[in-house]
Amino acid sequence: MGFFLETFLGGLMAGMLYSLIALGFVLIFKASGVFNFAQGAMVLFAALAMARFAEWFPALLGFESKLLANVLAFIGATAVMIAVAWAIERWVLGKLVNQEGITLLMATLGITYFLDGFGQTLFGSAIYTIDVGMPKDPIFVFDSVFEGGVLVNKEDLYAALIAALLVVLLSLFFQKTSTGRALRAVADDHQAAQSIGIPLSRIWVIVWSVAGIVALVAGIIWGSKLGVQFSLSLVALKALPVVILGGLTSVPGAIIGGLIIGVGEKLSEVYIGPMFGGGIEIWFAYVLVLFVLLIRPQGLFGEKIIDRV
Amino acid sequence: MIYRENGQFKTSYRADQQILPIRQDRWTMGLLLVVAFIAVPLLADEYLLRAVLIPFLILALAALGLNILVGYCGQISLGTGAFMAVGAYAAYNLQVRIEGMPLLVALLGGGLCATVVGVLFGIPSLRIKGLYLAVATLAAQFFVDWAALRLKWVTNDSTSGSVSVAALDVFGLAIETPAQKYLFCLAFVAIFALLAKNLVRGHIGREWMAIRDMDVAAAVIGIRPVYAKLTAFAVSSFIVGVAGALWAFVYLGSWEPAAFNIDRSFQLLFMVIIGGLGSIMGSFFGAAFIVLLPIVLDQLLPAIGNLVGLQFDTALVSHVVFMIFGALIVFFLIVEPHGIARLWSTAKEKLRLWPFPH
Repeated sequence: MGFFLETFLGGLMAGMLYSLIALGFVLIFKASGVFNFAQGAMVLFAALAMARFAEWFPALLGFESKLLANVLAFIGATAVMIAVAWAIERWVLGKLVNQEGITLLMATLGITYFLDGFGQTLFGSAIYTIDVGMPKDPIFVFDSVFEGGVLVNKEDLYAALIAALLVVLLSLFFQKTSTGRALRAVADDHQAAQSIGIPLSRIWVIVWSVAGIVALVAGIIWGSKLGVQFSLSLVALKALPVVILGGLTSVPGAIIGGLIIGVGEKLSEVYIGPMFGGGIEIWFAYVLVLFVLLIRPQGLFGEKIIDRV
Repeated sequence: MIYRENGQFKTSYRADQQILPIRQDRWTMGLLLVVAFIAVPLLADEYLLRAVLIPFLILALAALGLNILVGYCGQISLGTGAFMAVGAYAAYNLQVRIEGMPLLVALLGGGLCATVVGVLFGIPSLRIKGLYLAVATLAAQFFVDWAALRLKWVTNDSTSGSVSVAALDVFGLAIETPAQKYLFCLAFVAIFALLAKNLVRGHIGREWMAIRDMDVAAAVIGIRPVYAKLTAFAVSSFIVGVAGALWAFVYLGSWEPAAFNIDRSFQLLFMVIIGGLGSIMGSFFGAAFIVLLPIVLDQLLPAIGNLVGLQFDTALVSHVVFMIFGALIVFFLIVEPHGIARLWSTAKEKLRLWPFPH
């Protein structure tokens, strides 16, 4: 039982990290109808910027404080992500208004390649570390309930908390601020939103910036866990089934989808994996999603797709 | 002036419906075939054949297969690499496990296995579409990647995970030199291109296009979506599977699962989009563009670097190639979303009036 719970908790926390990336997908899809394949590349780009700024700023300005370096690097990386968002709106999406979904998807694939290359040209392609003081030591919980307790990685716990906090902040931003309302209006209907005076291009820059900042947070957490390197860009592929499972248009869906996939992946790997020779984590999420889609084509929480002739 | 159909009268429906109704087009195509089949193997050097033309032909074949699914039937697939892998590994197993299996049968058998897998992973397309389907096809990609890596019998219990094929021969003729390999691939590509062209001109192709343009409306006028979508998946994965088998047998010789990973799927999708969705010709344009671009950039960038006095190391070059590649894709999508094939047909329109536009 203790072991099961341990796997379960591990899955929940991994799932939280998936949702963090999935959130970026959902934000952009809701507001601009673009399936942003570049989210993974944005995570890598943001993490690279963060890691390198944290090295460069102290060397450049001549101070020692770790905290100051991290804060400055975070601000710098945020600025970079906003610039990226602006550039994408200005040079890519702005030119592709009214194109079909597949064209936009391909455009984001192009952006993926560009950002991967650009990031590594600019910031270097070695393996970098992000040290924001995440505790690495594991702790034991429920000692009193089970013998030996349940092993929990403190780092994962913190990461999950940060992710949860970010989700709450984003929901507040979407529900309570006037910008958030404008974003939701654009998500509902581009033309109607434009006709009541909401500037589409500015809204898109804001959405992409928010997605960039979400990517930055995801990049910091994943980066401090795995190190900042090219493979970080592939984490997005793990988050794709999460988005589809939860539904492309639903923020809560991204969270719950992430948790389901995180837990499902870990449990299946531990309990079913050995039957197939292990490593089924890679495709389990996708196959799970395939079956869910057969029953609910719009994902668990997505808006119902209605076809009209 | 040269390219004009004045005076070419059609007196029968047959003549009107042929693939190339204009005489100049027929000549161009005939010339192209002569050059491809006779001149190129005689003149091209080994490097050109091995590093450029053979990969181009095989990837063009795969792009052709994908174009049937994406361009003609409108079902986005990100799992093309997987279907190539199925074709390659199935052909490999057929050849290794059955004594005296002819190469052609093994390759086509690989294609048939890919068809079965393709139809299996195509079933969700009956319920889901668009972006959801695109992600669902990734399931095929990751599943096949995993199977090739972990299921031992797929690789015939090879310890390193990589497999290789012995010498190739067709009807007793050995396929060893690059020129022979090139001709072998070219024959495949020519035959499949002709078959595909005729398929998409026929009633099944029209059904696919109706489904692509609006599946509900197509169903209303009596087209069976199940039949149309699954045949598109079947034909597409058959061609892609054969291309995968060729890629493994003729181009690579020995290969690992990574040869057919997700990057391959994206690459093929790029070819189809850049070349032109829903165009047989476009698949060739796209393949040529994507195969040539990195080679040209690899040669060009260090040269430019030297000119301005900068030393580019190989890592930097590969990153810059990534950047230019991504930027070019975006550029193409903005300037010509219908791909190079559309540029080609625009050029032909212009040529009809040249040099006296009204």
